[in-house]
Amino acid sequence: MPKAISFRLRFQNLDRVALAFLLPSLLYLFFFFLYPFFYGLVLSFTPEQGKPVYQNFYIFFADEWQRSTVWKTIRLAVPITFLVVLISIPLAYTMRRGIRFERVVTTSLILPVSLGTVLLSEGVLGFLGNNGWLNQLLISTGLIKEPVRLTYNYTGVLIGLFMKNFPFCFLMLLGYVSGINPEIENSARILGARPMQVFWRIMLPLMAPGITIAFCLVFVLDFAVFPTAILLGQPAGETRSIAIAAYQMAFEHYDMPKASAIAMIMAGTQMIGLIIILALRRRLYRGTSLGLAKG
Amino acid sequence: MSVVVRRNLWLLAFYMFVLGLLILVFGILSHVVVSSFAKSWFATPLPHKFTTNWYVYAYKTFQLPHILYVTVVVAAGVVFLALLISLPAAYVFARKDFPGKNYLMVLYLLPILIPQMTYGIPLATTFFKYKIGGTILAVILANLVPMIPFGIFILTPFFEQIALSMESSARMLGAGRLKIFQKILLPLCLPGILVSGLLILIQTIANFELSFLVCGPESQTLVINLYYAIFAAGMRPVYAVDAMAVVYTALVMSLLLIILRFVPPTQMVFRLDKR
Repeated sequence: MPKAISFRLRFQNLDRVALAFLLPSLLYLFFFFLYPFFYGLVLSFTPEQGKPVYQNFYIFFADEWQRSTVWKTIRLAVPITFLVVLISIPLAYTMRRGIRFERVVTTSLILPVSLGTVLLSEGVLGFLGNNGWLNQLLISTGLIKEPVRLTYNYTGVLIGLFMKNFPFCFLMLLGYVSGINPEIENSARILGARPMQVFWRIMLPLMAPGITIAFCLVFVLDFAVFPTAILLGQPAGETRSIAIAAYQMAFEHYDMPKASAIAMIMAGTQMIGLIIILALRRRLYRGTSLGLAKG
Repeated sequence: MSVVVRRNLWLLAFYMFVLGLLILVFGILSHVVVSSFAKSWFATPLPHKFTTNWYVYAYKTFQLPHILYVTVVVAAGVVFLALLISLPAAYVFARKDFPGKNYLMVLYLLPILIPQMTYGIPLATTFFKYKIGGTILAVILANLVPMIPFGIFILTPFFEQIALSMESSARMLGAGRLKIFQKILLPLCLPGILVSGLLILIQTIANFELSFLVCGPESQTLVINLYYAIFAAGMRPVYAVDAMAVVYTALVMSLLLIILRFVPPTQMVFRLDKR
């Protein structure tokens, strides 16, 4: 069929009913997502009178205290994203055919995901705090003399992010790995591949698309770190993430143009991160993702 | 080392790590629970005296009934509206092929990929400009932004499972569109509606950023209140804050009990199926 005709035929699929079905969600996203987003974009390029268009951005990058939030956020998000995904891969792989107590493990791990960051932060503050159970245990066994500081600092935020995003990533990958057709692995074993060869040569390439999406989603969650950085870290110090900077500019200084500029810088930096992840994947695995998942 | 020994060593390490993780999760949760019942607790394994007074205290000072009312109204409103709007869209995504469909999918993915802070700040500004900022309505409207796409992505595979021949047969037997929807589509995708409704519910209750940006003093959900209570540590006794945290945990966990009957945990976070 010529391309133009097939295009028109496919377009006819979008009849009046289909359009009417799509319209409410489209209108909603237009008014409550696209409009505010572009409003913010325009606002960020609205300088004070007589100043250059990029003034709001210039002020952010000229101020060491503001500029450093980009680096502080990257310093939090990048290590924890790698840690979370790289630990999740072997764990999910080991559980691909089910293990004993699997239901107990998965059910316990869905808890931190559903409870959300605020409650986890409160729990971590108590459990891992200076007088928490972990420090009491370590002191009473004589391993340490002074309590280890695990809260209200960089480490605290790392722990908080790990507790929330590790279960998220692990469960996501587990669902993906157990969906890969086991026949492929069996064939490889029958043809004489050793377990490590099966993992590196067969399964890892098959898992690559899932791992890439997991990397992206975890990075997005980590990069937007906000309540965890405030409650478990030093929001006026080493864990002042870019989200905190944007929030303070908007609701403590009520300077919406500058706040929008920071929000845009945040989105832009995050998008650069996503592009790097996608480019890395293309370099590491050129193999196509065959439709090998079982239904 | 033989393959068997290596495999067993790996399994041992695996179980140790998983056990450590579970201890951490339950330690974190039970510390909150124990603390909420403590008369006072400082640097001892367990408190010396227990009391339930902090729950009474939390009930009074945190205006718990009002907070619960706000949380329930917000959650119910978001679930109802998100389903209402995403259901027809998911049907079109599952059934129709049209030019630009992939671009449309990307548009629907954006609210999930772009940081909530980025569109939340201008959204809140717009809300406050039009005088709905700070109301319960504003919290519902803001939470709907990521939840409508989320609902569409969960519902689409459920519609795809329903064979097209069912609809065709019904139409040949003389059923109109409405009747097909009532008698064929709705009953067959009821599990999907249930699953997506429950997942939207639990995500809305746990959402922090968007609710935080648009809420006012009278429209704070449970999580937001909990945040302010922890943030202003020292203003209120930590045991009372923990009592409120336990109320929140109990709410989420009872919902989870229902959800886990219908959805396996691996399907709850994000569907990674290739399609």
